[in-house]
Amino acid sequence: MFQHMKILAATVAIGFATAGMARADGTVEVLHWWTSGGEAKAVGELKKAFEAQGGTWEDSPIAGGGGDAAMTALRARVVAGNPPAAVQLKGPGIQEWAEQGALNDVEDVAEAEKWDSVLPPVLASIMKYDGKYVAAPVNIHRVDWFWANPEVLAKAGITEMPTTWDEFNTMADKLKEMGITPLAHGGQPWQDATVFEDVVLGIGGADFFRKALVDLDQEALTSDTMIKSFDQLRRMRGYVDANFSGRDWNLATAMVMKGEAAFQIMGDWAKGEFLAAGKVPGKDFLCAPTPGKGFVLNSDSFTFFKVSGDDRLKGQKVLASLIMSPDFQETFNLAKGSIPARTDVPLTKFDACAIKSHEDLLAAIKNNSLVPSMAHEMAVPRSVRGEFLDVVTNFFNSDMSSEDAVKTLADAVKRAQ
Amino acid sequence: MDAQANHRTFSRTFERWLPKIVVSPLFAASLVFVYGFIAWTVYISFTKSGVMPNYTFDGLAQYDRLWGTPRWYVALWNLFVFSTLFIAISTAIGILLAILLDQRVRAEGFIRTVYLYPMALSFIVTGTVWKWILNPGLGLERLMHMAGFTDFTFDWLVNSRMAIYTVVIAGVWQSSGYAMALFLAGLRSVDDEILKAASIDGAGPVRIYSSIVLPMMRPVFLSTIIILAHLAIKSFDLVIALTGGGPGYATDMPATFMYAFAFQRSELGVAAASAVMMLMTVTAIIVPYLYSELRRTGR
Amino acid sequence: MSGSGTDGIVRQGGWRHRVARVVLYAILGLFCLYYLVPLVIMVSTSFKSLEEIRTGSLISLPQEIRFDAWAKAWGSACVGVRCDGLRPYMWNSVAMVIPAVFISTLLGALNGYALTKWRFRGADVIFALMLFGAFIPFQVILLPMARALGMMGLAGTIPGLILVHTIYGLAFTTLFFRNFFISVSDSIVHAAMVDGAGFFSIFFRIVLPMAIPAMVVTVIWQFTQIWNDFLFGVAFTVGDSNPVTVALNNVVNTSTGVKEYNVDMAAAIIAALPTLAVYVIAGTYFVRGLAAGAVKG
Repeated sequence: MFQHMKILAATVAIGFATAGMARADGTVEVLHWWTSGGEAKAVGELKKAFEAQGGTWEDSPIAGGGGDAAMTALRARVVAGNPPAAVQLKGPGIQEWAEQGALNDVEDVAEAEKWDSVLPPVLASIMKYDGKYVAAPVNIHRVDWFWANPEVLAKAGITEMPTTWDEFNTMADKLKEMGITPLAHGGQPWQDATVFEDVVLGIGGADFFRKALVDLDQEALTSDTMIKSFDQLRRMRGYVDANFSGRDWNLATAMVMKGEAAFQIMGDWAKGEFLAAGKVPGKDFLCAPTPGKGFVLNSDSFTFFKVSGDDRLKGQKVLASLIMSPDFQETFNLAKGSIPARTDVPLTKFDACAIKSHEDLLAAIKNNSLVPSMAHEMAVPRSVRGEFLDVVTNFFNSDMSSEDAVKTLADAVKRAQ
Repeated sequence: MDAQANHRTFSRTFERWLPKIVVSPLFAASLVFVYGFIAWTVYISFTKSGVMPNYTFDGLAQYDRLWGTPRWYVALWNLFVFSTLFIAISTAIGILLAILLDQRVRAEGFIRTVYLYPMALSFIVTGTVWKWILNPGLGLERLMHMAGFTDFTFDWLVNSRMAIYTVVIAGVWQSSGYAMALFLAGLRSVDDEILKAASIDGAGPVRIYSSIVLPMMRPVFLSTIIILAHLAIKSFDLVIALTGGGPGYATDMPATFMYAFAFQRSELGVAAASAVMMLMTVTAIIVPYLYSELRRTGR
Repeated sequence: MSGSGTDGIVRQGGWRHRVARVVLYAILGLFCLYYLVPLVIMVSTSFKSLEEIRTGSLISLPQEIRFDAWAKAWGSACVGVRCDGLRPYMWNSVAMVIPAVFISTLLGALNGYALTKWRFRGADVIFALMLFGAFIPFQVILLPMARALGMMGLAGTIPGLILVHTIYGLAFTTLFFRNFFISVSDSIVHAAMVDGAGFFSIFFRIVLPMAIPAMVVTVIWQFTQIWNDFLFGVAFTVGDSNPVTVALNNVVNTSTGVKEYNVDMAAAIIAALPTLAVYVIAGTYFVRGLAAGAVKG
């Protein structure tokens, strides 16, 4: 009840701030692809909070392919002239739509609530267009995680998680000798790219990662470090079982769970799969960052589209404020398995992996090793990301040499720019 | 009397025009919604369109990009392999099953439904099942290993070179039953008297079918091939659900390519260019076929 | 070549006949297996518990039969924030598919009839041009169509979706009926014309009743295509007016959630039930249509 009062108070304050809107309710239509399990529950929290203050929530869920279907619908909606108020849209995609003049800003809310001071700067800049907030982040997912089965590791005498790729290779060779699949992996382009970017971070470090995968510097893309990264990726191809192709990531997670494989490299949504099976972090499964002492950032956000009418505009602002409220960030992320996008939310209710993630995030912000994920659409436009995925997945599924891969990649990136 | 005659001539003229009046609005709709939209797509392919349509003219730049993308060649080749095999095998199975089912088979209704039902299921989910069956670690191969045939390998799904054939297997599974239904409907409309006459003349079953029945069913072939070609060209769910275009992009097809570029990658221009190439290919194949078929049935 | 005429094809009696029959049934049975295996796996998975799926083999039979997944898929699976299962969306699909199939089939029949039995100059060209519409990739017409629907005020509504399906179904419905009517002898129509029957009365009284096999093929095709359509449904409807395929996709395709394969499979079968029903029902008419064909022969 107290929480609701707080939200209500905030809403009233905004209501006054954005003068002229007398009504206390508002309407939002939200287009998202969180349609099942913990994700749906998480959106349910948002809906509940929104309705608690008299607003009307219109739900437009469209699942599939990491939002491809939703993006299709979004285009049709914008072209038809009735865009939804808020869309689960992230990364440079936000800028692309903003350039089309399709977005509304919520700068007044952001300013009143001082979003700048509570968000990691890398993330804040992604949420802004022309210096104004056009989107609000709901969470932070870390992409550079190892998930491991401690029992299997113990069999091979492994007690510490690897901190360099060389260490990983030594362990993996040993596991392989014993007939255990070292790396559980699903051969889908985005999964290949996830492993790839974690490898780049470990081999080249955060600065190199930024130069190559964010700034798309041709020199970095064709450098020896890049070739070395592909070499490592080629090596990891050997640690994967024969049937990896097309496997869903959660089936790969199940392999680790069942002890069929030792490691998986995946973002922290994999944790949800372990938790759902009743596994306890630290005991039944281990989480540790992949090498590189960085933090590969993936964040879901809601972007605000150009709607009109007081009721809808109002709903948009209320939603923005709600998304960024500490209470919501806590409940949402407990349900989703990620950590709050706000760095000032206490993590007392979260598990050990989440707390580790939060600590590393703060450290990464401090020493500038926080990088946006390429594989998860945080770093580069979708067109460039597509080229990366094509090359990486083709490399992983053929016997292309690292030198050729680097060359193809540099050309492809140039073409897409 | 005069008025009545007048009325009659009017109604006669009206009757003569009626077929055209009935057809014309439908034809107009297809002019707008098919040809109008094709024109729009062609125009977009010459523009800078990215996230959204953008009407700034950009020459052949999008075509340059399209033909500079290795993935496009893979998609084209796959379309060729897939549609040839898919159409040929589905037609063959369709004819075979239709002829067999036409031999006064017991439980025909049941068998027919069994053959047809795959078409009823959305491939969003049957794709998952096929993925299990074809996956060497889960499905057929594992089953055979458990049964003692440890040398048995069936790893097409995860083999870049063979994966496109698994798409054919699942595609044929889904559509051949419908081809069977079309042929069965065709067989049922063949006049029995002709067959009796042929049979009295001493023609054997093979001869009756190959030289009398099948030639009579040309229009059915037209429908079947058009439908199968339509399914092959648009095979989208099939690829997405079964292989997701993988391994790598080994099973990518023009439809998935186009979708990926238009909606995943925000490159409407390239997508439009690929659509135009696809339409040109279809035109090159279908138009001559339609022309010869329609001339034949013309009069 | 129905009931009575087949004696000439495989001669009755004798061992050759018997061997032929055995081979015939063996082949038919083998194909039944090919078509049925995926369905069996789907059904058996839908009866399993999630625990059994997670630990056991994906294609084994269930240890005990459980209906939880079915209940969940129908009534309580979450589609976004709404946890009512597929039920509400089934009605959207029904409301869309019935008018769309009816209108497009009727128009196709009319078209096919006008193009074959009242041949006029350019009829074949018109037919060819309309037929070509079957090959336009739907991905490219999404945006212009969205624009057109927006201008007509039909964006995001079921009537809009009906319109789209009718337009893009016409190529096929016309094709089916044209090809059926072209094999029907013109003499019946001519006789009726001589008797003074007009365009529509010939159509409704003589031609349409004869066209039952074609109608069955067309309805099956249209019903399947429209019911299973995902792309148009996702692009042209909004939230609560989504057809069942979009809802099914939402249940099945979790991006980073836990996959419940048993619920997925049950949901897929539920979503396919109406099409399956149409197949079974249409199948009987198929046989009756053949009787109608025999009368004409």
